[in-house]
Amino acid sequence: MTVVELSPFSMLVPLIASAVCALLPGRLWPWLLTFAAAAASAVIAAITLAAAMDGPLSYAFGNWEPPIGIEYRIDAANAFVALLVSAVAAVILPWAKTSVDQEVPERQGPFYALFLLAFAGLMGITLTGDAFNVFVFLEISSLATYALIAHGQDRRALLAAFRYLIMGTVGATFLLIGIGFLYMMTGTLNMVDLAQRLPELRDTATVEVALAFIVVGMGLKLALLPLHLWLPNAYTYAPSFISVFLAATATKVALYVLLRFTFTVFAPDYSFVALPLAVVLMALAIAGMVVGSWVAIYQANIKRMLAYSSVAQVGYMVLGVSLVSVTGLTAALLHMFNHALMKAALFMALGTIAYQVGSVRIEAFRGLGKRMPWTLTAFALAGVSLIGLPPTAGFISKWYLISAAVESGHAWLVALIVITSMMALIYIWRVLEAAWFRQPAEDAPAVTEAPLRLLIPVWVLVAANFYFGIDTRLNVGAATAAAEALMGGIPGGAP
Amino acid sequence: MRENGILRVIARFVIPLILLFGLYIQFHGEYSPGGGFQAGVVFAAGWILFVLIYGLDLGLKVIPERVMYVLTALGVLLYSLVGLAGVALGGHFLDFYPLLEDPHAAQQAGIILVEFGVGVTVASVMMLVFTLFARRRSWWDEVDAEADGEGR
Amino acid sequence: MEWLGHFNYWIVVVLMMIGFYGVIARGNMVKKILALNVFQTSVFILFISAGKIIGGSTPILREGVSAYSNPLPHVLILTAIVVGVATVAVGLALAIRIREAYGSIEDDRIAAQEADEENRQSEPSR
Repeated sequence: MTVVELSPFSMLVPLIASAVCALLPGRLWPWLLTFAAAAASAVIAAITLAAAMDGPLSYAFGNWEPPIGIEYRIDAANAFVALLVSAVAAVILPWAKTSVDQEVPERQGPFYALFLLAFAGLMGITLTGDAFNVFVFLEISSLATYALIAHGQDRRALLAAFRYLIMGTVGATFLLIGIGFLYMMTGTLNMVDLAQRLPELRDTATVEVALAFIVVGMGLKLALLPLHLWLPNAYTYAPSFISVFLAATATKVALYVLLRFTFTVFAPDYSFVALPLAVVLMALAIAGMVVGSWVAIYQANIKRMLAYSSVAQVGYMVLGVSLVSVTGLTAALLHMFNHALMKAALFMALGTIAYQVGSVRIEAFRGLGKRMPWTLTAFALAGVSLIGLPPTAGFISKWYLISAAVESGHAWLVALIVITSMMALIYIWRVLEAAWFRQPAEDAPAVTEAPLRLLIPVWVLVAANFYFGIDTRLNVGAATAAAEALMGGIPGGAP
Repeated sequence: MRENGILRVIARFVIPLILLFGLYIQFHGEYSPGGGFQAGVVFAAGWILFVLIYGLDLGLKVIPERVMYVLTALGVLLYSLVGLAGVALGGHFLDFYPLLEDPHAAQQAGIILVEFGVGVTVASVMMLVFTLFARRRSWWDEVDAEADGEGR
Repeated sequence: MEWLGHFNYWIVVVLMMIGFYGVIARGNMVKKILALNVFQTSVFILFISAGKIIGGSTPILREGVSAYSNPLPHVLILTAIVVGVATVAVGLALAIRIREAYGSIEDDRIAAQEADEENRQSEPSR
């Protein structure tokens, strides 16, 4: 079996496993199957990325030659995102077992089946080379995500899931309208074909409207600032495991779709000229960075604080995109990867605290530093990465972002990035201050350190934050290749 | 509504026809308009009509909820297995040509099997969705009583 | 009367606006979901009407017919309809669960309850 023939299996394995998983009884088997599927998917994605660095892979489903059939077209950009999603899933699942046993004690078969569907959907979005297929997988993963969020213990999880459903469906339908206009104008849904046929039609209003619909639709899924309202509650009230997974992957995949459409389908010299996208995205990104960080400072619920911080981090990524240069895109993709590492570590540390303490509000953190030193140290170190201090992964992506800003003549952005990083310092510091410099409340329940089965995965991710901050060959290399693939218009040159 | 003689008699005539029509769409899907999605929904609609007239308890005796749930997954698995058979025989996923010697027969066989999986899943999902909503009925009765009590 | 020639688009636009208005303006969750469904349906009509070729026949290969309507939008929309059904099912299921948890599916009443709860509760949310 060649790499090309293997490549779609990083999506197919979790998809097929989800059907089996729905039938499995008990607590062990569903988890075991899910973990096996995620690990297999990650291995396949890694092999695919290694092959895709040399040039795009094309896999035709059912052997129907593209553009008639559905094609998976995998270049460095989607292989990179696919590896990110599947690796995160594989790393967090060993941690998830304990947490899910506590938070979703009943009917774990369907729960893990939903997770696998959400995961397979995200993989499908990244791998596919067919515009309509993006919509289908987007809805598969979104619908599974709504149901997963509703599994949260708090009744507000239901409201969060409902509001996400309304906003997410509107966003996906906007994407569908955009794809519909593209299909009406060009008669094709294959992205490579679209990219070839659109230049002739670039001055028509329909194509401009299509671009606008797609950008707004994906902006909703991406939680770009004015469209971010679904995110904080969804992350706050979802089960811890789902918060970790969504925070690390969902918005990244939405950003990837936005990049794929603006850079590959519509060439960048069109998207950023026909509509003032560079200015709009930059303004929204800056607003997101400032408002997200600012609101995060005032949150009493730490999970919600991290959710608002995610809104700010999405701002950094979109800022990189709005610079429309290879360095800017590299910074965006790099931050995508690094942010997944730091947010997964932070949410996992937080989930560990929720498991031991039963609360994630700031009051519950008082004096916790002495009682759960390992968990809180992990939280602090992941926080350092979030703030962006060397030698962490967070520093690398901010460094690239700053160089991209300077390179494109927006030196004033440097000040802004530094200021918002300071704000991140403030909200992370609030937690650490409560944990180490406050006395626990008198009636606080006795708390001990978390079990090793929770601590080890957290520390693996924390170590990854430092590893990718020191040895940057893998993440910077892949991100640069991905950015070049995207800037090259048609993935990896002519088909 | 359930005691209405006209409804009961007409339903008795119509339901078998609906189910038959569902199966017709299902098994003609490979060379004429039709296929699993439509057939599954038509088939499920026949069952839902049965439940509306004869009650959920009787309907669940025909197809228990657990069976629906299992069928939902099995349909997807049938689809996937046919797809994987293409891979195992040296083609791509969902490639039907390697299945049989004659290319036309291979396509037809592949489409019938895959669409059967789709049909089973769609029909059982529609029935399951209906059942899960309908089982809340007793709860809705309480809600209505409550609303009457408040004089609204 | 050129604008009448595009009457399918007018229907799409009107339906889309009705649906979108409902999603934004209605406080009742069931109405929100139904409005969302109308909104999605307008997009289905946009796709399907684009696939129709005037004078074209049903897309089944047979003798004596040369112009066929485009079947691809139908297939795409079949998938989108399934997605729409699933969305409505999940949305209604959530609405029922919300009714059970809050005793209401009106946005403003639930918001009032939430505000009360926030004020009362400075303690953990679990």
